[in-house]
Amino acid sequence: MRDHDVAILGVGMHPWGKWGRNFVEYGITAARAALDDAGLTWSDVDFVAGADTIRNGYPGFIAGSTFSQALGWRGNRVASCYAACASGAQALDTARAHILAGLCDVALVVGADTTPKGFFAPVGGDRPDDPDWLRFRLLGATNPTYFALYARRRMELYGATPEDFAQVKVKNAKHGLANPNARYRKAVTVDDVMASPIVADPLRLLDICATSDGAAAIVLASMDAARRHTTNPVKIRAISTVTPTFPQTIIEMPNFATDSAAAVAPPERSFKDAIAWAAYEQAGIGPEDLDVAEVYDLSTALELDWYENIGLCKPGEAERLLRDGETALGGRIPVNPSGGLACFGEAIPAQALAQVCELTWQLRGHAGGRQVEGASVGLSCNQGLFGHGSSVIVVR
Amino acid sequence: MAAVDRPKTKPRVPAVDGWFTLDGDDGPALIGSRCQRCGTYSFPKQLNFCPNPACTSQDFDEVELSRHGRLWSYTNNCYQPPAPYVPPSGGFQPFAIAAVELEAEQMVVLGQLTAGVDVSELHVGQDVVLVVETLFEDDEAEYLVWKWRPIEPDATSGSAPRDQETHDA
Repeated sequence: MRDHDVAILGVGMHPWGKWGRNFVEYGITAARAALDDAGLTWSDVDFVAGADTIRNGYPGFIAGSTFSQALGWRGNRVASCYAACASGAQALDTARAHILAGLCDVALVVGADTTPKGFFAPVGGDRPDDPDWLRFRLLGATNPTYFALYARRRMELYGATPEDFAQVKVKNAKHGLANPNARYRKAVTVDDVMASPIVADPLRLLDICATSDGAAAIVLASMDAARRHTTNPVKIRAISTVTPTFPQTIIEMPNFATDSAAAVAPPERSFKDAIAWAAYEQAGIGPEDLDVAEVYDLSTALELDWYENIGLCKPGEAERLLRDGETALGGRIPVNPSGGLACFGEAIPAQALAQVCELTWQLRGHAGGRQVEGASVGLSCNQGLFGHGSSVIVVR
Repeated sequence: MAAVDRPKTKPRVPAVDGWFTLDGDDGPALIGSRCQRCGTYSFPKQLNFCPNPACTSQDFDEVELSRHGRLWSYTNNCYQPPAPYVPPSGGFQPFAIAAVELEAEQMVVLGQLTAGVDVSELHVGQDVVLVVETLFEDDEAEYLVWKWRPIEPDATSGSAPRDQETHDA
């Protein structure tokens, strides 16, 4: 679908960490970096799409307006998007739709977060109608609880071992050494992972991504507008933000139960398969066309699931792919050259945008010590609470 | 404090209203709903709309879900979860959490495993039965929640003759 391409003119990030400052500061740093990268100024922007954070008060819920005000009101149009971990991709999709509809030429997409220490907790107050509140109250079910249920299931179905999970961390930690925006830049061994405390059996502390502060921003433009600035931009060819299809038979955060398959048989493709497949269909390509992928390693075990969900291998073959080094830098299809969530920790509304920033640098050949040689097609994917997920395909 | 005579029993109330029964001839049960038109189950109960996209029914029955199921997966909490989780009165102790497959309903339902169950005793596919246990307490009441208790196929003695019966059945 080349006639639906939009150009990525600029990308920028505020380094991930635990900086303890207001999320708006991070967002503006990333936005200015993306504008500089594009060779544009704030006055060139027609539309701002903000990815919302639900844990920073009202300004977090109206991110499009918050970042516009911080850059200086100019009468531009705004949108604010919440889709849990996929918020950034949904904001990107909103900007893309405005461009493709001819409603604007240049759009700025920004996501930023400031996170608490430790487990993500629900928004405060007594809310006994909110499943995200109730799961903590009635079950004590944290996010790693769900990650661990998937990990145990993978061990049962495919014979994955805790050492396999640890090898994902080892690989991603190595990749992240060369990423100046990563929070953790330290080599990790299997022994390090296995010596870290169990948080949610079978997952250990080093199997589970941290929560981080950080920001990412992207300047998008119509192909016509882009031609005035560059001859060979990285292009977005597909964005998928599909919901599950009923009945979703894999337990979803923050739910208490899956859908019932008593009346309707489960769909052919699982939700996570469908997220990537919708992007492949939109782009008119398949997994065999990929050079690089950024997947959502909320846990090490989940990265293995993603190999199968995005079609890099058949179900049950992800461990072999990992052990053979095919998903490491230098392998057939490097996954998470950025270092992934293992090296970043999750800054929710920024994370899906950070994935696209990384793919952009990879396709430009600007990724330095973590460069995937000759990369020209990249895919990102992620999944979050309440049936949200996204996948973005970029080409050059 | 020590001089005050406190009542020995506090009221025992569900930690959430309308999600499970406390007793019954066959023991406690989760309360779900079933669509009168297409037969889709929901938990928690859903009495306003059917999650099946092909169904526009507005008529649902409240139903008790299967009391027995099989472990689809399991894990534990080695660290105390953040609020609104409330630790038990004796302080936080690691506890196990189950995802349980219910055959008739064709769905997976979460729940804590009963206190004291260690993940090393568990395996995927294992039979479990629904029970009600204390979740936490305060000065006013003891708050109850549903939990899953593993059933050992070869259990010959101990706590639960009914479990063994149902396992054999």
